[in-house]
Amino acid sequence: MSGAEDEHLASLLRQALAGDEKAYGDFLRDAALVIRGWARRWTAGGGVDAEDIVQEALLAVHVKRHTWRGDAPVIPWLHAIARHKFVDAVRRQARRPTVGIEEYEETLASAESEKARDWEIGRALEGLAPGQRAVVNAISIEGCTIAETAQRLDMNETAVRVALHRGLAAIARRFGRN
Amino acid sequence: MDTNDLIKALAADTRRPGLSMNTVWLGAASGALMLAGLVFFMMLGPRPDIAAAAETVRFLFKFAVTGALAAAAFAAMRVAAWPEAELRKLLPYLCVAPLLVLVGVALELVALPSDIWAAKLIGTNSLLCLTFIPLIGLAPLALFLLTLRHGAPSRPALSGALAGLAAGGIAATFYAAHCPDDSPLFVATWYTIAVLGLTLLGAIGARLAVRW
Repeated sequence: MSGAEDEHLASLLRQALAGDEKAYGDFLRDAALVIRGWARRWTAGGGVDAEDIVQEALLAVHVKRHTWRGDAPVIPWLHAIARHKFVDAVRRQARRPTVGIEEYEETLASAESEKARDWEIGRALEGLAPGQRAVVNAISIEGCTIAETAQRLDMNETAVRVALHRGLAAIARRFGRN
Repeated sequence: MDTNDLIKALAADTRRPGLSMNTVWLGAASGALMLAGLVFFMMLGPRPDIAAAAETVRFLFKFAVTGALAAAAFAAMRVAAWPEAELRKLLPYLCVAPLLVLVGVALELVALPSDIWAAKLIGTNSLLCLTFIPLIGLAPLALFLLTLRHGAPSRPALSGALAGLAAGGIAATFYAAHCPDDSPLFVATWYTIAVLGLTLLGAIGARLAVRW
């Protein structure tokens, strides 16, 4: 966590906030690395999944990016957001009723056939309105551009952008809340 | 969805980020003052002898206390809305108003004979004070909580309590212009209770509403 790393992140985020989509992708990827380092340490005791924290923190960074002050360091800001999300997740975990092993058996049996484990975000995604879900899915999992998504779903590009924006905001709001 | 997929979706969401916190705070502060003023002038208005009162130290002292509280709590609340805020650094500012009250009370106890202390403390209008400070402060508190919600306070309840203090400071400043009780003994008792009520309300409100 050197000053150079912070300066690098700050410069990417500055470009991103000025509208540079590519810089924003780079910023989020680098931020994810930094956050993952913290999340692994915090979750070493088990109970909460580190990658859930990373994803939830990235969503929060996205919807709260206006709370970064252009002249302030980025890493303490990222750290505070990630920490907030971790504390949230731990509280949530504590509130959840513990599940007996028999209820797990089915999941355990099918877990091996699943390639990727579905994180909490999957649940939040399922809660979206179908239109928003289709747009978020196309752009994230299938890697479509806005234009391709518009064509495929027979929508105009503005509608795709709005659905994406609202869908992500809704996921950020309901992340892990069940 | 794995993290790289999520990043693709986030990066594609190029709609403008939320309004800057400075802009929103400016709007919230103006709105809070206007709404508090509106409630005050519609329901109470300044006391009739305000010109004469303005020449007495006790009357002016009330505004020093409430003004210091409003300014310090507002500044602290603004800082608390940043996720990485270090709230401990704000403590000195928040101590100014309570210290002023203590000094005022001490001077009043020296200045007045002890047999009228109780009468000064009880005053003439404590119920009105307990009613109208929260009432005037309600709209400012709501605006401040909405603004905190737009921000990212890592201590929601604490930031809400600061919002309650700031709303209480503003409300008490208006109310002080109506209130005929100028003794620091009255201010220290009833204003404090009314402001702490708003503070509690702010903390509870923020726990419910300021989630991110």
